[in-house]
Amino acid sequence: MKQMSFLRRIRDSRLFWPLMAWFIILLFNAIVKPSFFKLSIMPDPVYGNHLYGNLIDIFNNGAPLILVSIGMTLVIATGGIDLSVGAVIAISAAMGTVLINPALGQKLISNEILTRNATNTPLPLIILADLAAGTLCGLWNGLLVSRARIQPMVATLILMVAGRGIAQLITGGQIMTIYYTPYFWFGNGYILGLPVSIYIVALVFILVWLLVRKTAIGLFIESVGTNARSTYYSGINEQNVTLLAYVVCGICGAIAGLIFSSYVHSADGNNNGMYYELDAILAVVMGGTLMTGGRFSIFASIIGAVVIWTFTVTVYSLGVPANALLAAKAVLVLVVILLYSDFARRLRYQLFERRGSHHGTAN
Amino acid sequence: MAELSKEIVIMKGIDKYYPGVQALANVDFTLNRGEVHALVGENGAGKSTLIKVLTGVDQPDAGTIMLNQQKINIRSPQHAQALGISTVYQEVNLCSNLSVAENILIGREPMKWGSIDRKAMNARAKEILQKLDVDLDVTQTLGSCSVAIQQMAAIARALEISSAKILILDEPTSSLDTHETEQLFSVIRKLKSDGVAIIFITHFLNQVYEVADRITVLRNGALVGTYETAKLSRLELIMKMIGRSLTELEDMSKLKQESSQHIKSEALLEAKGIRRANALEPLDLELHGGEVVGLAGLLGSGRTETAQLLFGIDKPDEGSIVIEGQPVNKYSPLNSIAHGVALCPEDRKDAGIVGELTVRENIILAIQASLGWFKYLTTREQYEVADKYIKLLNIVTPSPDQPVKNLSGGNQQKVILARWLATNPKLLIMDEPTRGIDVGTKAEIQKLVISLAEEGKSCLFISSELEEVLRTSHRIIVMRDRKKVAEFSGDVTENEVMHTIAGSLTETA
Repeated sequence: MKQMSFLRRIRDSRLFWPLMAWFIILLFNAIVKPSFFKLSIMPDPVYGNHLYGNLIDIFNNGAPLILVSIGMTLVIATGGIDLSVGAVIAISAAMGTVLINPALGQKLISNEILTRNATNTPLPLIILADLAAGTLCGLWNGLLVSRARIQPMVATLILMVAGRGIAQLITGGQIMTIYYTPYFWFGNGYILGLPVSIYIVALVFILVWLLVRKTAIGLFIESVGTNARSTYYSGINEQNVTLLAYVVCGICGAIAGLIFSSYVHSADGNNNGMYYELDAILAVVMGGTLMTGGRFSIFASIIGAVVIWTFTVTVYSLGVPANALLAAKAVLVLVVILLYSDFARRLRYQLFERRGSHHGTAN
Repeated sequence: MAELSKEIVIMKGIDKYYPGVQALANVDFTLNRGEVHALVGENGAGKSTLIKVLTGVDQPDAGTIMLNQQKINIRSPQHAQALGISTVYQEVNLCSNLSVAENILIGREPMKWGSIDRKAMNARAKEILQKLDVDLDVTQTLGSCSVAIQQMAAIARALEISSAKILILDEPTSSLDTHETEQLFSVIRKLKSDGVAIIFITHFLNQVYEVADRITVLRNGALVGTYETAKLSRLELIMKMIGRSLTELEDMSKLKQESSQHIKSEALLEAKGIRRANALEPLDLELHGGEVVGLAGLLGSGRTETAQLLFGIDKPDEGSIVIEGQPVNKYSPLNSIAHGVALCPEDRKDAGIVGELTVRENIILAIQASLGWFKYLTTREQYEVADKYIKLLNIVTPSPDQPVKNLSGGNQQKVILARWLATNPKLLIMDEPTRGIDVGTKAEIQKLVISLAEEGKSCLFISSELEEVLRTSHRIIVMRDRKKVAEFSGDVTENEVMHTIAGSLTETA
């Protein structure tokens, strides 16, 4: 009996389904392609010895998506949605590269100057500027949603479209390539053999988790997402709660953009962070947060994002061409949506709960 | 069809379990053709669950249901409808952004050329409503109608299912005024003479005696018994429902008398000429510590609007509010909490509970709001507050961690009361705190109001039930057409207040 309720607690946990999905994908790899799990130590002239393999890639390449999913979780928990995170990634990436651009402000631009390993702006300032840009984007979205009362999908659509334009304005409509090596560290560096991006993700997760769970903010977000009117009647400024969620999401997008541009040594206003908003929404949904808002779990969303990237890397490692990836992803989306539908819920209820409740009533 | 038996529904030995609760235990229930059968009991007695089982919303864990002497398994609400069982639920469950006609005929709209024939739909809806003696523009959106009209539309919708052999009315009258209730009863009697079996769930016992032929009493998920209405006195019925006698109620008037000495002379809150367009005509109001002031009047008379202005949900266009000598210059709920004002809103589901959150989180919500974002109560403090009020108010819940949406209506109301009591307010405004609540809990809340006044708090008590306003209030303000029309001391007779409330009705008649 005790064991039963223990199993049930695991099954009812938010983490159960995303972890299950991850496990299934890993199991698939273990059977079809055991080399998927191979980890080796790679000597690196710049960053020293570090681990190398698919599992590391999942976390390193998936870092921007994980970051964006953290922010998206809060926004969706308030009952909103942020379609602009992909554009925010592009803006942030453009900001970072433009501020590095050693040719900035110089009249005579030669290839030699452009490809110099130097920066126009000190690195800490670049980071601050990126974060400020993300905060501004979040404020814009949040004010439109909370003060102007525009529906979140419409409000964030504005920046989703305009943001790509802004990013291109910043870079002058070109793909900016950078050669300043200290900047590369965020997306390519290693600490104790693990990618820097993993540490950044962990830091952001811990900070956001502390922000929402060690203060009343998490409770207020869940309350706003469940019933905004009751929340307001209880004396909570639901507008500011909503605003905060969008700002955090904007900042997460900016950090993602920083890692992204660092990883690929360039910024492309047109393509950086393309479709990231959709992947992030999928990750949050997999994490069990309802699109209507309410209860959320940041950690579950992170696992959702990891599942998406594990799936992506798996598909690549099977040799599926990049342009077929979207089709493969569509299958994943379909499976997730079906699994979380009322239909599947009822099916699960009939399979487990019924038997469970009979056990439960026996004593 | 062979000969029809007297019983149309026989439910036997019904069991139903929810996580942590046994909602029904071995309940038997029979419904005859052409009778009005009242289903009564306290909150959490299992009335709603029994209805859910009968309408296919939930499946029973044990027991059998016979319809027309055939054992059946009601799989879903659609299945129940197809079998001729239709329901009007306690809270209006319609789409407020659709028109009245669309709501009544949703899912069975008249079609023409593959699209909805709006003309026919509106005509049909009007015809159905006219059977209920309701005449209104069926093309307006439902959300723009009063709650009473919405309820009528819900009933009309249930009736529209023309094959309805069994009609279930779950608290249909809780938001209707006297006149509308009468309308409904005449419809019920007509349907009864047509042979429709009606299950009528209500907390208004006088209504039970007015229309019901038989009464089934449930208590704590178990059957107490089924009785002929004519053979059961009202006092006996109440005793069966709550399992104890009602001397408490009689004690209450004594309590009220005693507590009236504690009323403070200086005003706690003073409203001068507060007015809001389309909501309230200029109103002067003075509330004192230690006093219960009753606000009586019909729906739409300006009671709720007054409460919302005093709590800062809405801002007055003109006039001022002074609390303890401090003029209010910022109108928001948070600011009102800081002034020591609390409001239990009228619309429990929409403006009161936060359904997904637990009982504990719902209780601490308002304190936490006043503490702000960063002074978060520790888990231990949260449990302390929650446990204290769960005990104090007798909230029936398996644990403080139960989502509040799983609680019965009365217990949800108590959770909201707890939320506000926890902020230790000086003025507690309660808008219809006892709507849709059973007799036992009603008495508990009324007593609580008086004891709060004894502690020196000021209470503004809004209710459609004149009887309870009279029982609890030291002073009664009557509103009509968004205006204060009279003020009485607590020992006024029910008749006198009734005439004042109805004033304009008799004038226009």
